[in-house]
Amino acid sequence: MNIHEYQAKQLFESYGIPIPEGRKTSTAEEAQEIANELGGIGWVVKAQVHAGGRGKVGGVKVVDNIKDVLERSRDMLGKRLVTQQTDRLGLPIHSVLVEKQYPIKRELYLSILIERESEQIIFIASLAGGMDIEAVALDTPERIITVKVNPSTGLMAYQCRQIANELEIKGLQVKALEKIMKGMYRLFIENDASQIEINPLIETDAGELLALDAKINFDDNAIALHPDILAMKDPSQEDDKENYAQQYGLNYITLEGNIGCMVNGAGLAMATMDLVKLKGGMPANFLDVGGGTNVEKVCEAFKLILSDHSVKAVLVNIFGGIVHCDVIAAGILAAIEQIHVTIPVVVRLEGTNVEQGRALLRNTGLNIFPADDLAHAAEQVVALAEAV
Amino acid sequence: MSILINKNTKVICQGFTGKQGTFHSQQALAYGTQLVGGVTPERGGEIHLGLPVFNTVDDAVKNTGATASVIYVPPYYAADAILEAVDAGIKIIVCITEGIPVLQMLRVKAAMAGTGALLIGPNCPGIITPGECKIGIMPGKIHLPGSIGIVSRSGTLTYESVHQTTQQGLGQSTCVGIGGDPIHGMNFVDVLSRFQEDEQTKGIVMVGEIGGGEEEDAADYIKAYVTKPVVAYIAGQTAPADKRMGHAGAIVTGGKGTAKGKIAALKNAGIEVCLSPTDIGVAMKACF
Repeated sequence: MNIHEYQAKQLFESYGIPIPEGRKTSTAEEAQEIANELGGIGWVVKAQVHAGGRGKVGGVKVVDNIKDVLERSRDMLGKRLVTQQTDRLGLPIHSVLVEKQYPIKRELYLSILIERESEQIIFIASLAGGMDIEAVALDTPERIITVKVNPSTGLMAYQCRQIANELEIKGLQVKALEKIMKGMYRLFIENDASQIEINPLIETDAGELLALDAKINFDDNAIALHPDILAMKDPSQEDDKENYAQQYGLNYITLEGNIGCMVNGAGLAMATMDLVKLKGGMPANFLDVGGGTNVEKVCEAFKLILSDHSVKAVLVNIFGGIVHCDVIAAGILAAIEQIHVTIPVVVRLEGTNVEQGRALLRNTGLNIFPADDLAHAAEQVVALAEAV
Repeated sequence: MSILINKNTKVICQGFTGKQGTFHSQQALAYGTQLVGGVTPERGGEIHLGLPVFNTVDDAVKNTGATASVIYVPPYYAADAILEAVDAGIKIIVCITEGIPVLQMLRVKAAMAGTGALLIGPNCPGIITPGECKIGIMPGKIHLPGSIGIVSRSGTLTYESVHQTTQQGLGQSTCVGIGGDPIHGMNFVDVLSRFQEDEQTKGIVMVGEIGGGEEEDAADYIKAYVTKPVVAYIAGQTAPADKRMGHAGAIVTGGKGTAKGKIAALKNAGIEVCLSPTDIGVAMKACF
């Protein structure tokens, strides 16, 4: 789960990580008031959306005139922001964060996440802050510094000193960095975060360290353990269909093709998408109906697939293991009749009671095409989608 | 011989009296698995499916001599269940549970280091030696005792591979679902090394997917140590970046863990990679 920058900064504050002075608002007028209250000679207006790359597309504006705080906030609020990390529709801007501007001496990078390979929590730091860290890692891996944290000891002071040393942080700021890193570690552990990123962590002209940006992701598997974090969820920043699917225990992800896919099992669902592409088609979605499929789930899955009007044909691919194929076939028939599916549906069933299942799907008078094998099913659905 | 489990393996079930535990224990018994009892706290002394129920794994091990355990408990109880099995001396722990918080798995793995216990999963279909022992949720009927070792991160793609190798008349020695979570027990290399040593196994099917770097590690290992034919398939060639594709571990982040990269690594190691999931059985057959 993602949260907004302003929410991440609230969490930072409660874990002792210094942040710029500022506040979020949903009106341009209040944005101006906030700037007035903050005082100073410069402000930053930041669009609050769940995506990076805001600065490059006008989602972050630095202004030196109070009136411009109002204007820039007005420009952003109510609009959608399209960045390199969003789809072509972008995400709605319902609020902006107004912050005081600080004179920046240098920009650093600091993050904490779980490294799969070592099965440990690691900190990543770099002198190359404010840049795309993945590009830095790729082009100049020597500029990436990491320390691994042993889960039984937690983060040790020497590890913070090590990062400080590499980041050329000196004097009193060494302790300040240690406080930031320990705060990040506690925030990570106590809330089951999967990543916390500060990019950039700035050193001001006055030598102060501040988290200029804040990004936190949480482990979806643990979110039910943290109702306060769950309360920060903003459904407007997520795909409606993906939200809807979650309610029914379906895993759905919107893609850009015209062939709807309904599959049981995540791996098989990915493999089915790949196969559709291999046969010259484009999948419209990833959809895993999970184990224990029943009529209700199949109905909801069809509704989801068909709510995307670019879908011209559907491929159902079910490997019936524990669930018998005849039960699934009956569910598909019920769903198609119940919600009046008119576009062609190719069904590939395999597994227990497959013959009975296929028999049920023959001569139904509906637009159903039972397929004997998966390769053939994929070819057929691609041909049907093209014919429409 | 097979790997890890056979007809003599004594198995207990944690979460025995629950809905999942009951259903899959019935299936395992029908398949011929030597299921010797189960564990449900506060239910010790009862008889369930004709087998004794114990309060603790420790009790179950002492009374039955079980060396393997299968776990069907809800996600927030699974870390506790795994470590209880480790502590009781269980050697092979199969955790089916999906949805365990990754930080909990990280601690479990750290605690398991040096104990000698093997963990399969979590978020996996389990392990089966066809005709001998089935531990998990896979449909027994599609399997055929034979010569192919199958190792996979995905449940239903394992079934596809099983189905296709059965249709080709090859059958399977042992099939291991290592699970779809980012932090899990046995990995590809752990299983591949056992298939390489196993006499019954003549060929290996390896099914990977996007996310992480285990397929790349497997490619290096196979190139250096595996002399048996290997057929690989990688799911997720069309998956968009930064989206979790069903499995918690199936995500491409920062350009790492792509299907393209994995396929290239496997091909560079001289391994046959099927681009279509429907070609696995045929490609394996062609190796003999």
